[in-house]
Formats: sequence, structure tokens, C-alpha cells
Amino acid sequence: MDEHPRLDLLRMMWRIRLFEERVLELHRAGEVVGSVHLCIGQEAIAVGACSELRLPGDAVFATYRGHGWALACGVDVEVLFAELLGRETGINGGRGGSAYFSAPQYGFYGENSIVGAHLPIAVGAAMATAWTGNGRVCLAVCGDGAMNQGSVAEALNFAAIRNAPVVFVVENNVYSELTPIAAMVREPRLVERARPYGIPAQRVDGNDAAAVAVSVRSAVGRCRDGGGPVLIEAMTQRLVGHYIGDAQLYRPAGEVDAARDGDPLVVAAAQAQARGVSSRDLSELEQAVRREVDDACARALDAPRADASNVREHVYA
Amino acid sequence: MPELTYAQAVNAALRRALEERPEVVVYGEDVGKPGGVHGVTRGLHRSFGDRVFDTPISESSILGSAIGMSMVGLRPVVEIMWADFVFVAFDQLINQASNVRYVSRGELTAPITVRMQQGAAPGACAQHSQSIEAFLAHIPGLRVALPSNPQDAYDITLAAIAADDPTVVIENRTLYHSMRSEVSFAEQWPVSRAARVVRSGTDITAVTWGATVNAVLSAAAMLDERAGIDVEVIDLRWLNPLDDEAVALSLSNTGALAVVHEANQTGGFGAEIVARMTERGIPLSPPPLRIATPDMRIPAAPSLLSAVVPSADLIARRLEAAVTSR
Repeated sequence: MDEHPRLDLLRMMWRIRLFEERVLELHRAGEVVGSVHLCIGQEAIAVGACSELRLPGDAVFATYRGHGWALACGVDVEVLFAELLGRETGINGGRGGSAYFSAPQYGFYGENSIVGAHLPIAVGAAMATAWTGNGRVCLAVCGDGAMNQGSVAEALNFAAIRNAPVVFVVENNVYSELTPIAAMVREPRLVERARPYGIPAQRVDGNDAAAVAVSVRSAVGRCRDGGGPVLIEAMTQRLVGHYIGDAQLYRPAGEVDAARDGDPLVVAAAQAQARGVSSRDLSELEQAVRREVDDACARALDAPRADASNVREHVYA
Repeated sequence: MPELTYAQAVNAALRRALEERPEVVVYGEDVGKPGGVHGVTRGLHRSFGDRVFDTPISESSILGSAIGMSMVGLRPVVEIMWADFVFVAFDQLINQASNVRYVSRGELTAPITVRMQQGAAPGACAQHSQSIEAFLAHIPGLRVALPSNPQDAYDITLAAIAADDPTVVIENRTLYHSMRSEVSFAEQWPVSRAARVVRSGTDITAVTWGATVNAVLSAAAMLDERAGIDVEVIDLRWLNPLDDEAVALSLSNTGALAVVHEANQTGGFGAEIVARMTERGIPLSPPPLRIATPDMRIPAAPSLLSAVVPSADLIARRLEAAVTSR
């Protein structure tokens, strides 16, 4: 554990939390439309992991629950709001939307809404390091449900056999979309999936950003030293539905309330206070991030809608 | 000019790409040390070491990893051993490779080359015989080519590798070792994606691609000899981009159109050619004709197979009937 409080991690977690809460409001107001998957409750994983990467040299491949990962890579709040709002100033000019943010200039190689499809892609980007010699480490994040996809099984073996410098982070929020992962696997410790492929693996508390950072630091170090792939299972909980509008009738009464005790922001704030940060300083930190998010959202809303005159551009080179 | 088989021509193109572009890597199942189940990549691993390598039997990871490599600057050329196997990993072409450029507004690209081979041949079976080009040509964002001879196999392979779009090259194993001709190695990498008139004629335009080009040429020779019917044969070579101008130009001379493919008829790419020419308002007489495998599965027994896949004889009969009905 670091001797100093990781306020940088807490600040980024607040940025993600407030971003996601604002997205929820914008969706309810009809400003953001379509399927949106929020990461509220899971912020610590992205923030802890990305704090240990060399961005943009390293590369992150995320899922459709990836707003937090884009932000944690350093992508600007405003351009992500603008993307969700279908604005010309969006990071992808409105072509991507919630589930396809990408910003390679920040090392963020994109979200993906086909479960597990991006793991082989991340493995390939990692394999490329053998020829480019640039020391790039790739990080592929997926959910617990993705561990039952064939492409993921393939990717784990492919990475192992090619000794690819890739860190697989499994965000285990205990739900495979709307179904408990425990009902979909006989061995609920998904970390055990790595061993048969010859991949070292570790299970960590995914609600503790500092703990995630420590685990990822070790994994990235192993990759950079030529040790090949590593898998990290980060245990967490969604504090919201699978998608905006998910009534979560499948969750037992009280489960979400109980999970709030482990809210990663609460955890990080308690860690900071234990190291002498005052509650007033923490409150000021939150307020500063809130102003930043508010201002960014206002600017995004003011931006013009995506220009349809070039909608057919970029299908081909 | 050296005389090469179709397989040797593909091999020569891959060798040249590996020699001249350090960002090219070549891989797939049995592609490295064994040199490919059809021998197309023979000798490349010996010359280029780990830039030519074998993979697990994992089509999703073969295609997916190629996409990832290409996103960070390499130009991978991957092999899907039989076209039928690509369906195991179709997601990587249809949801992934095709979308990389568009959803990132060009910030990311996926210049991969996917080689596969398709088609029916005696002794092949239901899951090793299908002609799948229409599935791929339907997908915006992908490029699709089908070389019909050694020179085109060489040129198209290099053009695909040079292309900045994900490109699928569908080869044909019946041509790999049976077809041999002189191949010129131009100093500049070939880039043309035009169709080619492989036989000039005045009575009807037969549009085709891939190995079927050779069956259509045989049919045209038969018709010329036995009925004095003069068939113009167009080898499209690329289905995307589609050189429909070449077809329209031919129709302005012949006024009659047949499309010929080994893929089954419904939703086949021939229907797209007919639709485009009809939309142009080109007067056609007789009505456009589709010559294709009927909508059915591919049988194993050679006698059953030859009853359904369009042969030169069948193509000649159908073309003759069309021309004489006018």
C-alpha cells in the first residue's frame, strides 16, 4: 500500500461517478438515447488499473461498460459527453456512441458491445510488440459473463502460447448481464480459469482502487519483463442496473443497499481520512470535480449536432 | 517471366510482401512450419522465421489478433484454412474489422488481409465446399476479391496487403496446383481493382469471378464452335469495390446479361449485378439470367456434386437457350 493517500485515484473515481450520474439524468431527459451501460460502483477497477499504465503507449481494450475506462485513460469529459449526445464535437463525431468510445491518442483502443470479442483483438495488439519492440503492454477488461464466451477461451490460450504482454482484467460484478454468474458456472472463482492456460492469476478487491493498482503494477511489470499474460479477477458490484432502465427485479431485496457499504468511493475516502485528509478537503475535491463535470456537460450540450453531410465518410480508406 | 502455379503465385506475393514491408506477418493454422495444408505458404517460415507462424485452431483469435495487430501498425496476412471455417469467427469480420474505421471516425484502422479458399471439388464435403463470397460482399467496410488465375492471384494478394481496408481474398483450391501460367512481377505493387474482359463477344455478357471464370470460358469456347454464339466474359475479380461500369459498358454492346457463380442462387452476388444493371435502365433481351448452384446443400458423392454445381456444359446450354430465345 502506498504511504501517501491516492487522491489522484479518488479524484478520477469522482469524475467517473459524476459523469455516469449525469449520463443517467441526460438519458432520462431524452438527451441521450439508446442502450447505455453505466459503471457506477465499479469505478475503482478502471482507475486503479489505468494509474499503472504508461498511456498512451500502452493500450486499453474495454467493453460497452467502458465510460469509466475511457475517462481513466485520460479522455476529456466534454468529448465523451458530446459523443453520448450525438454532437459533432464527440470523441468519435457521433459515429460510436456509448458503447464504442475510442481514443487511441490516449491509449484507449475502444469499447466493444460484442461480449468477449475484444480479447483476441487485444491479444493481437500485444503480440505486435514482438515486432514493434516498443514495450507496449495491452490491457483487456471484460466482465464475468464474458468468461463463458468461446472467443475469450481462445484469446487466453492464444496469449499464453504467444507469450503476449497482455493483462486480462475480469470485472466480476457477480451478474452475467441479468443472471447471477454463480448460476452460470460451476466454479465461481473465475480466477481459476487462468491456470489451465498457464497464465498466472490473482483475485483482488475491485472496490479498492489502491489494491487494484498494486495488482496491476505487478502484472504490467511481468508483461514488460517478457513474462507473458496475467489475469486479474477484480471483485465488485454494480450499484445500478445492467443498462439504464433495468428494473433489477432479479436482484434480492437489500442487495444493492448492502453493496453501498463497499462503494469504492466510500472505501477510498475512508482510506484518505485514515491518512489524515480532512473531510473538508475531500468535500472540496468532490465539488471541484462536480464543477468540472457540470461545465463540460454544458459545453457538450451547446455543441452542434453531428454533421450528417459526411455520415458516409470513413466506411473505407 | 516465370511460369507459376496459382499456389506459387500467392506464395510469391507473400514472399515479396514479407521482403519489402517489415510490418507484414503471415500466420494461421499450419501456415508456418508445415507450409499450409495446400502448400501455399511453403518455405516462408524458413525464410522469415517467426514472422510466419502457426496458430492454435482458433479462428476468432486468428482474425481478432490480426485486427489488433493492424490497429497498432502491422499488416497481418492471415489464413482461414477453408472458407467454411470463417463462420466460426464471423463476428471478427462483420462486427469488428468492418467497424474499426467507421466508429472511430478514421482514428483507428484495420488493414488486415484474410486469405481463404473455397469451392466444391470431388471428394469435398458439406462443410468444406461452400462458396461464401456474398456473405462478405454484403458487409460495408470489407473489401472482397476472388482471383481466377496465377497473375491475378499474385496481383490481388499484393493489392490486398497494400489496401488500408480489411480485405478478404478468396482463393480456390481447385486452381492451386492445376493452373499454371506466366506471371509478371511489376516493379510497383499492383493496385488495380478493375474487372477484366477475359473474352470479347457480341451476343451476351457473362459476368463471373473466381474459379467459375474458367468454366465460363470453356462454355464460351463450346458455344463459339458449335453454335456460332459469341459470349463476352467478364471476370469481376473484386466484388468490393465493384467495377459495375465494366459490366454496363459490355452490356451496351451485347444487350444481354448472364451472371454465373458457384454459390447458390438466392441472395447470391449475381443478383446484385442484375439489380444494378436493371436500375441503370439498360434494355436487356432476353431477361437477365442467373446460372448458379440451386438452393441446396453440397453432397459428397462426385456424381451428386456434378449434378448441382454449374459445369461448363450446363453453362453453355443455359447461355445458348437464352441467346436463341431472343
